[in-house]
Amino acid sequence: MNKRSSLLGLAMAAAVAAILSDARWGSPADAAIREPMFDRQTVEKGAQLAAIGNCAACHTQPGGKPYAGGRPVKTPFGTIYSTNITPEVETGIGAWSQGDFVRAMHDGTDRAGRNLYPAFPYDHFTRVTDDDVNAIYAFVMTRDPVHAVAPPNRLMFPMSLRPLLSAWKMLFFDRGVYRPDTAQSAQWNRGAYLVDGLGHCGACHTPRNALGAEKKSQDLGGGEAEDWHATALDASSPAPSPWTAEQMFKYLRQGWDNSHGTAAGPMRPVSHDLSEVNEEDVRAIAAYLMWTMKQRPPRPAARAEPPVGAAQPGDGAVIFEGACASCHGVTLASTPSTHTVPLGLTTSLNAPDSRNAIHIVLEGIWPDSGERGALMPGFEGALSADQLATLLAYLRAHFTSQPPWPDIAPHLRETMQRKDSQ
Amino acid sequence: MIDLDINGRTQRVDADPNTPLLYVLRDHLAMNGAKFGCGLGQCGACTVMIDGEAVFSCVTPISVLNGRRIKTVEGLGTTSKLSVLQRAFIDEQAAQCGYCIAGMIMRAEALLEKNPAPSDAEIRRHMMPNLCRCGTHMRILRAVRRAAQVMRAASAQASPEKV
Repeated sequence: MNKRSSLLGLAMAAAVAAILSDARWGSPADAAIREPMFDRQTVEKGAQLAAIGNCAACHTQPGGKPYAGGRPVKTPFGTIYSTNITPEVETGIGAWSQGDFVRAMHDGTDRAGRNLYPAFPYDHFTRVTDDDVNAIYAFVMTRDPVHAVAPPNRLMFPMSLRPLLSAWKMLFFDRGVYRPDTAQSAQWNRGAYLVDGLGHCGACHTPRNALGAEKKSQDLGGGEAEDWHATALDASSPAPSPWTAEQMFKYLRQGWDNSHGTAAGPMRPVSHDLSEVNEEDVRAIAAYLMWTMKQRPPRPAARAEPPVGAAQPGDGAVIFEGACASCHGVTLASTPSTHTVPLGLTTSLNAPDSRNAIHIVLEGIWPDSGERGALMPGFEGALSADQLATLLAYLRAHFTSQPPWPDIAPHLRETMQRKDSQ
Repeated sequence: MIDLDINGRTQRVDADPNTPLLYVLRDHLAMNGAKFGCGLGQCGACTVMIDGEAVFSCVTPISVLNGRRIKTVEGLGTTSKLSVLQRAFIDEQAAQCGYCIAGMIMRAEALLEKNPAPSDAEIRRHMMPNLCRCGTHMRILRAVRRAAQVMRAASAQASPEKV
């Protein structure tokens, strides 16, 4: 072997090694998108914003990998599955440029220019500034890539036709970044920006029209969330004790407030995410919500104590005494895990809709896995449907000054059937 | 007087209708299998079955139990003839102090009656409300898995054509 051929061999070996190492560490394009583009500060800012946007709640399946999508989102028009927003190139958004991402958030279109369904609340995300969208892009593009394909959407005709969404957008989509109101304070504007924009509070807390668009005339007037009632956050708030900014701040961050109740159902992951967000932003959200609620005066005092009287077996009062009073009786229980809120003050019992109270009595309230939090046992199994209905009617009548719920029985039936079919 | 159907026998008890079932079991009927842990539905030591579902007997008033089937750990087996779950809990040495075990067994019984082949995730999710302060959860999970296997093997032997 001469010197020349050995040099050639060395060069070839180096080339092979280079190719191998390239293959081992991923394609150059992939590396270029994922690593060097984002500085730590931007990623951290993006993490905070993603928590305010509660992105993980929809884009993660229960028990699934974070942001890998596939979670079913039920709408009146069928089921939409959330997409994989990890930086995986084939099935996620690994091939998306920053511009593609901004366009999805601001215009509601995917990388190929197809319309996105507004279950992805771009009617709110369009308000988010380019800087903030870019930070969220930096955050999601630095998550672990996951190969995962969401199941196809199951939507009724004609909603299954994406081009029709162009008409929907023309009718209901008001594109454009948030414009500050110079007459208001900086904190008010920050709160309004987060509530109307990234926080997309109205997606649940605003009622929707027949075509699934939020009724702008009833902004935050109370809506729907996964078969729960999303409480009104305007002047029609059903809370008997008017919220203060401090209470709202604590509720949003800790998931409960002693004068209003515990964040349950779809609100729970929201307060969980907000517990990790910087304090000023949560305070701004709380301050803005005080403005949307118009700081109304207190309602007539609710009866906070159960009445004493001759009760018949089968009465709601008897069920209450045996099932509820050990925690919710005249003396409120206090255990290491439980903050018992006076029932008369709870938003769920005072709400115009019985579904939240039904969910809580049926399913209870459980802390997230591995975390501390309020714990209430559910009573499905212990109480029959009739007994549950009797108890709920009693709770409403004796702890609030609101009119009886007309709809306990049908809501109870639907909720129990839905749980059985799961 | 209220009639209660407990482990297939009708028991007539003289107690206020709002009395929790646990107190009636222990104080009126001397059935001490179900334990008083917290009295607030937080720990699961009092778990019994009602119409096949695991419930906290400490927050279940007897007024709601008319015509419903109550099953307690006394209804499972005897010391000479243990039930499959009781045998499995002994085989896995799942009890340390033992205070939670009657509740654990009754909650597991409710699961296995409905789902004889639960996954690990299903067992964990189902057993979640019941606490063991000694920390034998891993043995308890093994005992539930073992009982499920034994029950499946027994039913396969009983009806081999179905397998």
